[in-house]
Amino acid sequence: MTRISRWLADRWVMGVALLVLGYLFLPIAVVAGLSFNRPSSRLSYDFNEFTLDNWRQPCATSDMCEAVVRSVQIGFIATVAATVLGTLMAFALVRHRFRGRSGVNVLIFLPMATPELVMGTSLLALFVSGGVQLGFWTIVIAHVMFCVSFVVVTVKARLAGMDRRLEEAAMDLYANEWQTFRRITLPLVLPGIVAAALLAFSLSFDDFIITNFNSGTTVTFPMYVWGAAQRGIPPQVNVIGTAMFVIALLLVLASSLPGRRAKRPS
Amino acid sequence: MSVLAHVPTGSGQSAPLPAARSGRYRLLPYLLLLPGAAWLFLFFAVPLFQLAAASLYDPSGSLSTGYALTWAFGNYPEALQAYWPQFTRSFLYAGIALVLALLMGYPLAYAIAQKAGRWKNLLLVCVIAPMFTSFLVRTLAWKTILSDNGALVGLLRDVHLLGADGRLLATPVAVVLGLTYNFLPFLVLPLYASLERLDHRLLEAASDLYASPVRAFRKVTLPLSMPGLVAGTLLFFIPASGDYINAELLGTPNEYMIGNVIDSAFLVRLDYPQGAALSFLLMAAILAVVFVYLRRAGTDEVL
Repeated sequence: MTRISRWLADRWVMGVALLVLGYLFLPIAVVAGLSFNRPSSRLSYDFNEFTLDNWRQPCATSDMCEAVVRSVQIGFIATVAATVLGTLMAFALVRHRFRGRSGVNVLIFLPMATPELVMGTSLLALFVSGGVQLGFWTIVIAHVMFCVSFVVVTVKARLAGMDRRLEEAAMDLYANEWQTFRRITLPLVLPGIVAAALLAFSLSFDDFIITNFNSGTTVTFPMYVWGAAQRGIPPQVNVIGTAMFVIALLLVLASSLPGRRAKRPS
Repeated sequence: MSVLAHVPTGSGQSAPLPAARSGRYRLLPYLLLLPGAAWLFLFFAVPLFQLAAASLYDPSGSLSTGYALTWAFGNYPEALQAYWPQFTRSFLYAGIALVLALLMGYPLAYAIAQKAGRWKNLLLVCVIAPMFTSFLVRTLAWKTILSDNGALVGLLRDVHLLGADGRLLATPVAVVLGLTYNFLPFLVLPLYASLERLDHRLLEAASDLYASPVRAFRKVTLPLSMPGLVAGTLLFFIPASGDYINAELLGTPNEYMIGNVIDSAFLVRLDYPQGAALSFLLMAAILAVVFVYLRRAGTDEVL
């Protein structure tokens, strides 16, 4: 009896889980489907007619592609800056004991717990009172700010899980500190840093709320979609959405391969 | 540790902290921290004070004529009075969405952690994968799914769950559904991390001691998944209550949440004192909810 009910319980949970996954993927399927759609009118969101035009000419509405390029530029700069700043902080927090540690931890934790709305409006208040012209660089400043914490958390997790004895072994074998760092520490932490950078880029590329308050007249891809939602969305938006999904999926699958290989010998 | 420390990290021993070995190391941690901490201080902490100041500006000022800091505490009750419905609606919608997300997210996290076997990593990627597409594009896809001419509305009309001219789009249902959808992965990931560590033998022991599956769940699984549940709930609730994209794209002004009001205060009406006061009220309300919740849940380790 218990065996039967447990069998049912197992299937029941898995069944619900698969339904929920279906719910999570439904909009993705719709986005992919709509990327092949020729809409009946500018304001229609319904599927009308199959076409490959959107994929052949993704930049038919040129301001959309400009927005995508701008988002990539901002994402790239913000990712590099946030990854460097965050990785240095992670090393300090995991490898060193110092005064003011808990204060730094709070400073890193708070941006992740604060609503984006509050961060966006407060930065706007700062920029306006300081007379700073809103635009490309204010967006970069904001993105670096909210990405740093996520980089610290990701790199910290990797560092904390690292076996210190490998470095001690290197030192015992007469490697100096720089050689140990270069040959042992860095390669071992690198997957964490790469993961952090990918996370930072995706956070930056997709951010709308904070960007919306600090962009002035500069248009990123999410800002473009937001504006276009009022006037009618060009179907090419779904091409970008689908392409983003595929590229990110490939990156995640690719980055998980060497990680698995590194874990195996133990 | 922090809420986000529950995100899966992989196993391995924690590195011991070496004491500062010699004088030249004493400054090193500060040098490593300085750039990042300075950035966070300048562009996260200082702006909060600026926002606080802006919320106390003389409300009769304007962007062109300039604002004077007159400690106008009256901005707060005024803003609250004017936008009380949007405030309560934000927390109501986020709350309902949270309940729905728990009903869906818990079985999902449990199945991946305990039942998936070698499919575990693949299913985990499936949970995160929808977030690879732009948030706004995903939300707009719901406009197609819930469309008046769509299959879903047609089906609901046929089985008379909706009237002949009933609709889903531009209703509270659409907004709550959108919120549930968009923030579900934030709930599932920490829950998964907690449930993954759950020792299956504990459940077997409970059933050996004649606990029914329901009782075993209540007495063993649920308490042991509490840290992940608390972290996931917060990671869901904080962004959901501050969101205004779903209300804007899937709802009408009748479904506007406090985020819509703050957005228009800063970007359309250019009423900075009111927008700042509302932002601060939102943060205070969220902190209050989080604090009460953490006391109730009784897990100190989350913060």
